Amino acid sequence: MSNIISDETIEYVGILAKLELNDEEKERAKKDMGEMLDYIDKLNELDTTGVEPMSHVFPVNNVFREDAVVNNDGREAVLLNAPERKEDCLVVPKTIV
Amino acid sequence: MSLMSLTAVQLGEKIKNREISVIEAANAALDAIDAKESSINGFVTVDRENALKRAEKVQKDIDEGNILSPIAGVPVAIKDNMCTKDMLTTCSSKILGNFKPSYTAEAVINLEKAGAVIIGKTNMDEFAMGSTTETSAYGATKNPWNTEHVPGGSSGGSCAVIAAEECSYALGSDTGGSIRQPSSFCGVTGIKPTYGTVSRYGLIAYGSSLDQIGPIAKDVTDCATVLEIISSHDKKDSTSIKRDDIDFTSALVDDVKGMKIGIPKGYFGEGLDPEVKEAVLNAAKELEKKGAILEEFDLDLVDYAIPAYYVIACAEASSNLARFDGVKYGYRTQDYNGLHNMYKKTRSEGFGAEVKRRIMLGSFVLSSGYYDAYYLKALRTKALIKKAFDEAFAKYDVILGPAAPTTAPKLGESLSDPLKMYLGDIYTISVNLAGLPGISVPCGLDCKGLPIGLQLIGDCFKEKNIIRAAYSFEKCEKKL
Amino acid sequence: MKQYETVIGLEVHVELATKTKIFCSCSTEFGGAPNTHTCPVCTGMPGSLPVLNKKVVEYAVAVGLATNCNITKNCKFDRKNYFYPDNPQNYQISQLYLPICRDGSIEISTKDGTKNIGIHEIHMEEDAGKLVHDEWGENSLVDFNRSGVPLIEIVSEPDMRSADEVIAYLEKLRLIIQYLGASDCKLQEGSMRADVNLSIREVGASEFGTRTEMKNLNSFKAIARAIEAEKERQIDIIEAGEKVVQETRRWDDNKEYSYAMRSKEDAQDYRYFPEPDLVPVIISDEWLDEIKGSQPEFRDEKLIRYKKEYNIPDYDADIITGNKHLADIFEATTAICNNPKKASNWLMGETMRLLKENNMEPEQIKFSPKNLAKLIELTESRAINSSVAKEVFEKIFSDDINPEQYVEENGLKTVADDGALRETIKKVIEDNPQSVEDYNNGKKKAIGFLVGQTMKATQGKADPAMINTILKELL
Repeated sequence: MSNIISDETIEYVGILAKLELNDEEKERAKKDMGEMLDYIDKLNELDTTGVEPMSHVFPVNNVFREDAVVNNDGREAVLLNAPERKEDCLVVPKTIV
Repeated sequence: MSLMSLTAVQLGEKIKNREISVIEAANAALDAIDAKESSINGFVTVDRENALKRAEKVQKDIDEGNILSPIAGVPVAIKDNMCTKDMLTTCSSKILGNFKPSYTAEAVINLEKAGAVIIGKTNMDEFAMGSTTETSAYGATKNPWNTEHVPGGSSGGSCAVIAAEECSYALGSDTGGSIRQPSSFCGVTGIKPTYGTVSRYGLIAYGSSLDQIGPIAKDVTDCATVLEIISSHDKKDSTSIKRDDIDFTSALVDDVKGMKIGIPKGYFGEGLDPEVKEAVLNAAKELEKKGAILEEFDLDLVDYAIPAYYVIACAEASSNLARFDGVKYGYRTQDYNGLHNMYKKTRSEGFGAEVKRRIMLGSFVLSSGYYDAYYLKALRTKALIKKAFDEAFAKYDVILGPAAPTTAPKLGESLSDPLKMYLGDIYTISVNLAGLPGISVPCGLDCKGLPIGLQLIGDCFKEKNIIRAAYSFEKCEKKL
Repeated sequence: MKQYETVIGLEVHVELATKTKIFCSCSTEFGGAPNTHTCPVCTGMPGSLPVLNKKVVEYAVAVGLATNCNITKNCKFDRKNYFYPDNPQNYQISQLYLPICRDGSIEISTKDGTKNIGIHEIHMEEDAGKLVHDEWGENSLVDFNRSGVPLIEIVSEPDMRSADEVIAYLEKLRLIIQYLGASDCKLQEGSMRADVNLSIREVGASEFGTRTEMKNLNSFKAIARAIEAEKERQIDIIEAGEKVVQETRRWDDNKEYSYAMRSKEDAQDYRYFPEPDLVPVIISDEWLDEIKGSQPEFRDEKLIRYKKEYNIPDYDADIITGNKHLADIFEATTAICNNPKKASNWLMGETMRLLKENNMEPEQIKFSPKNLAKLIELTESRAINSSVAKEVFEKIFSDDINPEQYVEENGLKTVADDGALRETIKKVIEDNPQSVEDYNNGKKKAIGFLVGQTMKATQGKADPAMINTILKELL
């Protein structure tokens, strides 16, 4: 394997992705990610010099909405599935200390 | 014979002619589900009560002449990543285990307008990430042809319940082959339309630039009929395309005379099961007999489609799935210490291993210092693949190949080696990258009695070509 | 001690004055009950998709043109990924790679003269929801009413060197945007927010120092205080031989102190990538011309025109054009009564006095130019005298009353009947022989007392000039 994934990298990606892996999962993740990156490195065989990155396959553009209020009170729809609600708001652990 | 042995259009015809009531049709599906679900596990949710209520309403609408569609009153199964108002929509994940959307996906609304009766929501790989329907949090779906085998994935539930005759037709979604590959494994027909043809509004995103909804059914006629109904230009989906050629049933013509069919040499090389190869090449010969012109050509770039796909799909998924955090809906961990711990525990407990694997990879390739090397490189590769297909379609009307390199593997064989599982998508993935339409139709059985699928790929917006070719092949009647 | 120079760049967020949010048809109106202005899109419901509000593009382009930017003909949106509960999708749709406007500049004036401040870029993005913190409990409450409200972020070049320049830049920017009607730009209410990027370096150095980003600055005063404090903090660090850490800091204006917002969980790695759910925005020459054509007259142009057309003092013109709303009222009033001098006087005098008394901003003026114009006409025709006019104006200012009707209903019209007034004055002369005598003995001032008595007798409704004339005649 040419891509060696360090503990620090797995830790860092875990912070970005908000995933907490146990030791066993971490080892597995290091191996899986390394193997996938080795495989992805195959792309380097391709000469893509001068090729524009393509995010949309079709040249569709300028899809707009007019600035008119259409939506009604969405409160119940928002709170319908809330794990915890209070005073018509969602409840989360305090964000400031 | 169960009513579920009929195609959707045949059943629709009988309902229209008052030979069968909508309630009878719904009950036939529910009875079949009762009889078969314990061995198939194709559904996550079966909504008996509402299905019957809805059937009554649709019958009334038909009686009053309000609905004229060919599938009015026919029961349908919806993949569980499409939002259905007030009906559980789980993506086969623990993290959405209790999620009831406040709205219905546009494609499903289009079906409802045509008088469809939703029977339930089908099992899938968690968040559509997988090729076997084994990554579902609600147990693996079994292949009706042999329940020791997987149905394929990620739309494995939708394909299995059609193959098992538990429902008349189904909707699936296809990001890298998730309609075509399980259709192939289950011996049913499925279409992945041109990107932008069916609205993605209400489809819970995996890889937004690749996802498309499509029909899964018993034959090409059903698929074309359903695709015609679900296709629409939706102002709520900015990537939805306005088309005036969605009369797909007009392509149900048994005639391929003069049709130019390209056969990519690379699709028949190393890794392809000899039995699959033989069946697919035989299918090509059948079409040739009907007047199609076959020609081999090189489409070498296909080798680069899988790595490019995994970079793009995982990157998009890492962002699309960030919203599942225990704040607004779905699962929230029981014990936590502060906000970030709540996020981490919720997501670590709520997502399965394959989903976490792809989120980790996607987060990594987008992270500081790697974006150019991985993400931009993948987008450039995508541009080259699109160009290669453009060149091919300058010469051919249709590209023909297998839908998958093998028939359905046994349960439990694939997950241990993710990379090997990913390689199983080699023939389908490039189609998503280029936004093209593709269809999988059954073309034979292997020595174990498992179905083999023929894949036909069309140029963008040329579904009619692949529908015509697939329909003509179906008429050869040597298919299975 | 070494001499240091402060280098400042600003990131200014402005909420646009659209009716609906940037990616859905929910209202942007302020102050609804929690979570009422929401839908699946702006609350991050699974399966929902954004559709861009055209007006947002037009406002962004308009601001770009007014700040001399190059408009990006082919611009795109990107996702900025970070987890926070006010951000329902846990990514913000913004623009990184191809922002809509680039490379602009505006001219500012301070006591040291004029200077150009470069604008690096302007991009469009969505605002976050609101978090309300439970003071005693362990929770925060999430309200998504503001989630998805359109913002533009205006990123300046690090061209400012003092708090004065920063304030001048912000005031100029605010005026331009208010003139465009693109936003009301209220710092206190958060419709304009400025983050200050600040570094210091020795005078004469060519390299920039390490900068910090200061957030939570809710007034010009807070900005000035934060700049001073951060400058001192960085100088202390460098003087102590240590290094400034690049970080985001939060200003506490009560304590006049900032603290680092660092956390192990904030990697500050936003993993931007092109938003796959939105298609590119192509701004054609025709569209650009259309937006150019509907740009309003800006302040500098107004000043020139006011001088030429209205002939009001430079000082007045300066104040009136310093606020779009004032200028609008002025022009509309003048258009009706054709008396710029008087219109300007009312705005510069009584209006300013009442604003100050009531602690209001010019934006909060709610009277209609029509009623001010009527008042001017009433005074010009001498139908009411000036003290009555002031009284009536207060009513116009507070309740936008119709002055004609008000004067009529309250019997405030000047007593214009010459005969009746003559009788009253005769009576006043009879009742005040001492004053008459004083006047006739050369104490001309005594006439003032007699005018006052007449006013009193007419309950203030007489025209003082007319009283004067009649008095002189009778005495």
